[in-house]
Parts: sequence; structure tokens; C-alpha cells
Amino acid sequence: MPYLELKSVSKGYGVNGSRSEVLRDINFTVEKGEFVAIVGYSGAGKTTLISLIAGLLRPDTGTATLNDLEITAPGPDRGIVFQNYSLLPWLTVFENILLAVDQVFPNYSPEKKRQHAEQFIAMVNLTPAREKRPSELSGGMKQRVSVARALAMDPQILLLDEPLSALDALTRATLQDEISRIWSESRKTVVLITNDVDEGIYLADRIIPLSAGPGATLGPSFTVDIPRPRDRKELNHEPRFKRLRREVMEWLIASNKKKAVTLTKNLVLPDIMPEDLSVPRQLGGRTKPIRRSEIKAEVVEMN
Amino acid sequence: MKSFKLDWLILPLIGIALVVLAWQVSSKTWAKELPTPKKTWDASKDYVMKPFEKRGEMDQGILRFTWYSLILVAKGYALALLVGTPVGFFLGLSKAFTKTFDPIIQVLRPVSPLAWLPLGLVLFLGAGKQASELGALFTIAICSMWPTVLNTAVGVRAVPQDYLNVAKVLKLSRWKTLTKVLIPATLPYMFTGFRLSLGIAWLVIVAAEMLTGRPGVGGFLWQEYNALVYEHIILCIITIGVVGFVLDRLMSLVESRFKTA
Repeated sequence: MPYLELKSVSKGYGVNGSRSEVLRDINFTVEKGEFVAIVGYSGAGKTTLISLIAGLLRPDTGTATLNDLEITAPGPDRGIVFQNYSLLPWLTVFENILLAVDQVFPNYSPEKKRQHAEQFIAMVNLTPAREKRPSELSGGMKQRVSVARALAMDPQILLLDEPLSALDALTRATLQDEISRIWSESRKTVVLITNDVDEGIYLADRIIPLSAGPGATLGPSFTVDIPRPRDRKELNHEPRFKRLRREVMEWLIASNKKKAVTLTKNLVLPDIMPEDLSVPRQLGGRTKPIRRSEIKAEVVEMN
Repeated sequence: MKSFKLDWLILPLIGIALVVLAWQVSSKTWAKELPTPKKTWDASKDYVMKPFEKRGEMDQGILRFTWYSLILVAKGYALALLVGTPVGFFLGLSKAFTKTFDPIIQVLRPVSPLAWLPLGLVLFLGAGKQASELGALFTIAICSMWPTVLNTAVGVRAVPQDYLNVAKVLKLSRWKTLTKVLIPATLPYMFTGFRLSLGIAWLVIVAAEMLTGRPGVGGFLWQEYNALVYEHIILCIITIGVVGFVLDRLMSLVESRFKTA
């Protein structure tokens, strides 16, 4: 029985006339404790997909279920780490996390709430910055707070919406290691949305490409059969890593190619056909020449 | 111009000196009735040097008058904030509320204090002796309310969707969403509104006092105009300006305190 399941889900924006379909026919399942990465082009609808799982949006067709219950509204059982951190700027690191703890564990004593929050601040190595406000933190630190806040809610599933794409490459690598470590400690079910194939392969058990929009849909699921713990340096020489990356990339590029735009152009040509002089002329009744005007339009492929 | 030592002090002083000079020249040439700076000072000395003295109902030290005005402004302003802030929140939160009340707000907003005051006096006609104070309060409140209302509404509409998503994911109750997310996120806008409102409240007080004849800077100004003591008009204008400036500075200090990144 899959833990998280999306069945023929589609989602579009706009009303009938100018409606554009963002996602169509999305089917995928995640088992409990699994780390799944979804890789796709920017603007393909990745954030829409995770908003559907989070319950911030409702699908137009199809169903999304978590633990056999239909997802109808957002809730603290699905911890989300947003791309832009979404920390409340008027609260300190500690207060941001405490707000979540307060809400999810209302029965804890104040002392226990404080300890719980501190435990997760320590987990992301931010104890020295606990009294700072988000504006005083670097991007990487903000994202750690966001991860800590999501984990402090003790969610059943953790949704990471391009958590690292706003960070520089080095910070990104450090945080990938940290996510990897935290995951191996907590063994939460994780859905990671990313635009970086390497990141997906490095972190996930399975990687699923999302085709380019509009009307994006999921491709085949690639199992990452590289044993953990994975070493970043050795990964570059790992043949399975190279093969996976090539396969995923090829699928993504192919999915984009298929989308080549076609447009119909009217051709205006002189309405005559050259006469074939080698054909002997028939006196009396000539064969009717082909008229160009009978060809109204033709389809040209553009890039 | 290049900046130099003490330019923040010297340049404004030059500006003041130029204006005083223009005043002096005007009173000597084309505006014979305008008292010269010297005459103004001589006539105002008593009021400025003994600012808290009370010699009679309409003959008191200038700061004492200012104090009366400030008390009245504080009351009307408080009323404006108490009414204006919630109205602003409703406007920002509810489209139906906006559609219902926005046209009437847009119509009432440009109405001058001078037009509201008679209505205020009529409204509280039954209050007897209190009528002029209540009328003035009503006028101050209704005139100074609009910047608070509109800025709060804009602020509530400008709350980033991200913060609201956080509130949704955490399943914050309506009350908690309001106190933990909406109000803090709107505070910078609210305080901009509060500052503009205070400026208007101070403008209105002078008009209100002039018409009701209440003791205060505005009342004093009007009385001295009728008593042909033109020097005191200038004294009042300067006082009103300085007080308004100080109030605005204080409010912008408070405002910058609430600026969140």
C-alpha cells in the first residue's frame, strides 16, 4: 500500500477561455520512509505539484491521498520547506520554530516546548544564532531554520520545494550533506523538488523527471541504486551515477523536444505550374494543370 | 554644494535668516499691516518667556495653549486609530467589505475639516457645554482617520502569500493568524498611516478651535486676529509649525522602530 499517492491528477490556472494546464495526468506513489526526488525545468509546475501534495491547492481532477486519507487542506502533518524560506521576519530563529511547536504540540509544557524547539535548532547547527532575526542570517542559515521548523512539527512527510536553488554552489553542497544526514537520522518520508539532477541522485532513493510545461507530466521513475552513505567525491566517478544522470537528462531533454512549437503559415505562391514540355501535347483536349490555389496552408516545424 | 563642518546647522540657519529678511522687507514695503520680526518678538515675549502662565481664559502662555490643543488632538487621534485600524483591516481582508464601503470612503475622504465641524456641533447639540469639545473630537477623528484606514488596508493586502502559507500549513486559528502574522506584517504600513493621521489631526485642531473658540493655539490665533493683535498670529503660526514638525519627527522615530525587513 503506497503511503503517498497521486492518481491522474491535473491542475490548471485561469478560466475556460484563457485556461492553461500546468500539470496533467500526474501519477506517482511514495512508500513510507522513502526519499523521492522530482526533477524538472523551472516553470514546469514543480511548485504547483508540491502545493497539491501540501494541500495549498486542490487538484482539478484526480486525487491525492496520504496514508489513505484524501488531502484537502494544508496541515502540520506535511512539513514544507519553501524555496524562499518563508520565515516570519519579526520573529527570531527560536520564536519562528516555537510558533510551529506551539501549534503542533499544544499540550506540551512551556519548558518542553522550549526544549523541543532547541533540539531542532541544534539539529541544524544554529544554536549560536537562536536569538537572531531572519534578516541577520545568510540564505543558507535561513533555509536551515526553515528545515528545522518543518522537522520540529514532526511531520509524517517532509516536502522540500527547491530548498537549495537560491543558494550558492558551496553552501548548497553543505546543506545537501546536512539534509542527507538529517534524513538518515529521522528516516522521514521526503519528497524533494529540484532542478538539479545531481542533487536528486545524491540525495534520493528514486528520481522522477517532470517534463517541460505546459501540461507537464511525470516520466518514468529511476531507482538510484547507489548504496548509502554516498560520498560526494567518489560519486563523480561512480558509473551508476553517470549512467543515471545521463538517462534522466536525456529523458528531460527529449520531453522538451517533443514540445517543439508548430505553427501554420499561409503560403502565397504564383498560381501556376511549370508545364512539362517533354510530354507530347495533345491536340484538342489538354490535361488540366494543377492549381496552387488548391493548397491552402502547410505546417512548418519551428524551434 | 560640497558639505562642510556643521553644515547641518549653518545652512538651515541661513535659510531662516533669508525668510526673516523677506518678512522684514515685506512689512516695510508692500504689506504695511504686517508686523516686523522685531515688533512680533516684543509683543510675543511674554507668551514665550512665561510659556505656562495663565492670566485669563484667552490670555495664557503659548505652551499652555499648545498643551490644551495637544490634549484635544490626542483624544481625537486615539479615537481615529481605534476606529480606523479595524476598518482598515476589514477593507484589506474582505473584498465584499471593500466593495460596500470603498466608494463612500472615497467620497468622505476629501471633505474639509471646516465642513465637518458644523455637523459635529449639530450632532452633539444635546450635550450642552460639552458640545464644542465633542464636536471638535468628532471632526478630528473623522478627518484624521483616512490615512490610517487606507494604509492599513494596503498593508493587509500586501502581506506576502508566503506568510499566509505558513499560517495555513501550521493551521493557525483565525485569531492567531491575525495576531501572529497579519498584524506584525502590516505594522510598517499601519505606522505610516498613523504618522499621516497625526499630521492631519494637528491641522484640524487649529480649524476646530478657531470655529469653536476653545482655548488653544487655534483659538488664541482667531481671538488675536479679532483683537487686531497681528503679532500673535505670527507667533501662533510658528508655534503650530514647530509642534507639527516635532510630532512628525517623533512619529517617524516610532515608525522606523517597527520597520521589519
